[in-house]
Amino acid sequence: MRYSAFSIVKNALSGNLKWKPQWRQAEPKSHYDVIIVGGGGHGLATAYYLAKEFGVKNVAVLEKGYLGSGNVGRNTTIVRSNYMLPGNEPFYEFSMKLWEGLERELNYNVMLSQRGVIMLYHSDGQRDAYIRRGNAMWMEGVAAELIERDQLKKMIPFLNYDHARYPILGGLLQRRAGTARHDAVAWGYARGADRHGVDIIEHCEVTAIRRENGVVTGVDTTKGFIGCGKLALAAAGNSSRVGEMADLKLPIESHVLQAFVTEGLKPCIDHVIVYGGGHFYISQSDKGGLVFGAEIDGYTSYAQRGNLATAEHVMEEGVAMIPGLSRVRVLRSWAGVMDMSMDGSPIIDRTPIDNLYLNCGWCYGGFKATPASGYCFAHLIAKNDTHPVARFLRLDRFARGYVVDEAGAGPQPNLH
Amino acid sequence: MASLITCPHCGVRPKEEFAIRGDASLVRPAPTASDEAWHDYVYVRANPRGRTLEHWQHVGGCRRFLVVERDTFTHEVHSVTDGAAFARENGK
Repeated sequence: MRYSAFSIVKNALSGNLKWKPQWRQAEPKSHYDVIIVGGGGHGLATAYYLAKEFGVKNVAVLEKGYLGSGNVGRNTTIVRSNYMLPGNEPFYEFSMKLWEGLERELNYNVMLSQRGVIMLYHSDGQRDAYIRRGNAMWMEGVAAELIERDQLKKMIPFLNYDHARYPILGGLLQRRAGTARHDAVAWGYARGADRHGVDIIEHCEVTAIRRENGVVTGVDTTKGFIGCGKLALAAAGNSSRVGEMADLKLPIESHVLQAFVTEGLKPCIDHVIVYGGGHFYISQSDKGGLVFGAEIDGYTSYAQRGNLATAEHVMEEGVAMIPGLSRVRVLRSWAGVMDMSMDGSPIIDRTPIDNLYLNCGWCYGGFKATPASGYCFAHLIAKNDTHPVARFLRLDRFARGYVVDEAGAGPQPNLH
Repeated sequence: MASLITCPHCGVRPKEEFAIRGDASLVRPAPTASDEAWHDYVYVRANPRGRTLEHWQHVGGCRRFLVVERDTFTHEVHSVTDGAAFARENGK
C-alpha cells in the first residue's frame, strides 16, 4: 500500500482496521543469491538498494533480535556531512544527498529535519581548525559557514559564552545537516526492501558460516541452514564475532556509547549543537525531549549498558555549555555497542574470501551514513566493484598505510 | 563496569582513577619482524566477547601499569596484576 493523504483518509473511514503490516514475517527459503547478516539500518538499506537499484531480488536479511533493535534505534539521530578528509567527505555528502531524497524514495516519513549542525570553537587554534575543515568541505562542494561570536549570540542566546575554561568564540555551521527519525529509517528501508521481494527474517541468529573450497556456501542459523551465493556482513558491534566465524581478524574493537533523553520541553533548541571543549552534542526531538550524548565510555564492551561515571561526565559537559540544562530532568539513558575501527573510519570492502563482503567499523557515526553505506555496499556486492565514493574505505588500508584518521588519534580506538 | 578496582599497590580504589590503554594480550614483535607481524600487532584485535586482558594505568594513584582481567559482557573484574609481574610470569 502506497502511503498518501488519500490513504490516511480512506483508512480512517474504515476505522483504521485495514492497514497492512509494513513488511512480511518471512520464513527462510533454502537458498538466496545474497544473504545479509544484520537487520539494522545498514543491512536493510543494503537489501533495499540491492533489490531496487542493482536488480538483485533474491535477498534475505537475517536479524538475531527484532528489526532495528541494535544501533539504528540507539543513536542520537544526527545526520551531517561536515567531515574533512578526502576519503570521508565525498562519501558522507553522498549520504546527505540520499537523505534529502529519502522520504520520496521510500514513500515513508523519516522526519528529516535540516535544522543545521553547529560545532562550537573555544580558542583561536580551534577556530583555525574549523576554518580548515570548512574549506575542505567547500572543496568537495559542501556549504559550510563560520559563525562569529556576535552572530552566534543572536542565533543561540542561551549558551555559556563566558565560561572561564571554554569560552565560546563561534562555530562552524552546516545548514543542510540535521536529524532524522531513527526508527522510521529502519522501518522505511525494511518496508521498501520487502516491497521489492527481500525476505526479512527476524529472530534468526547466525551461528556459523559454512565454507567449501574457500568460498562461502551458506550460514547455519537458529532457523537452520540457509544457502547463499554471496554473504554480506553488516553486524556493527558484533562484527568481530561474525567475522570470527569465517576466520577474519578485524581491526575493530567493540566499545559502549551512551545516549540520554530528558523530559519533554517546549521548543527551545533549534539546532544540533556540538560542544568543542569535549564531545557533547544535543538536539531537541519533535516530542520535546532533549537528546544528547558525548564520548564512548572508553573500554571494550559487548554489554548494551554504560557506566554512571561517564553519564556524569556527559552531564557536566552539557551544563558547561548550556547552564540551563542543570534544571532539566533526564528521563532515559541507553547504550549501544560501537564497532570502533583503528582509525575511526568505516570499512566497506571485499574480504580474502571471494564471496564474502564486509561492512563495519562505523564507530559512533553509523546512523548518518545509513543510506550511502547501503548504496555503496549494494554496489560492491552486485558488481563486485567498489563504489567511487567508498574507495578509501578498504579493509587493507591499515596494512598499506592509507588510514583515514579524521581525529588524528592513531590506532587507539577509545580515542576516536 | 565494576566501580571499584583492587590495585595490587594501593588497595580498593574507584575506577575513575584508572586510564584504560587497551588489549594486553598482544605481544610486541621484534623490531626486525615482518610487516605483517607489525600490522597485526598495531591494528588487528581479537575483540573477545567474554574474558579479556587489558592494560590499565593507575594515573590517580601509584601510576603503575596494571593488567586487568575483565569480562566484556558481564563487566565483572576477575583479577588485577602489576604489569611488570604479569610480564615476568608470562615470559614477555
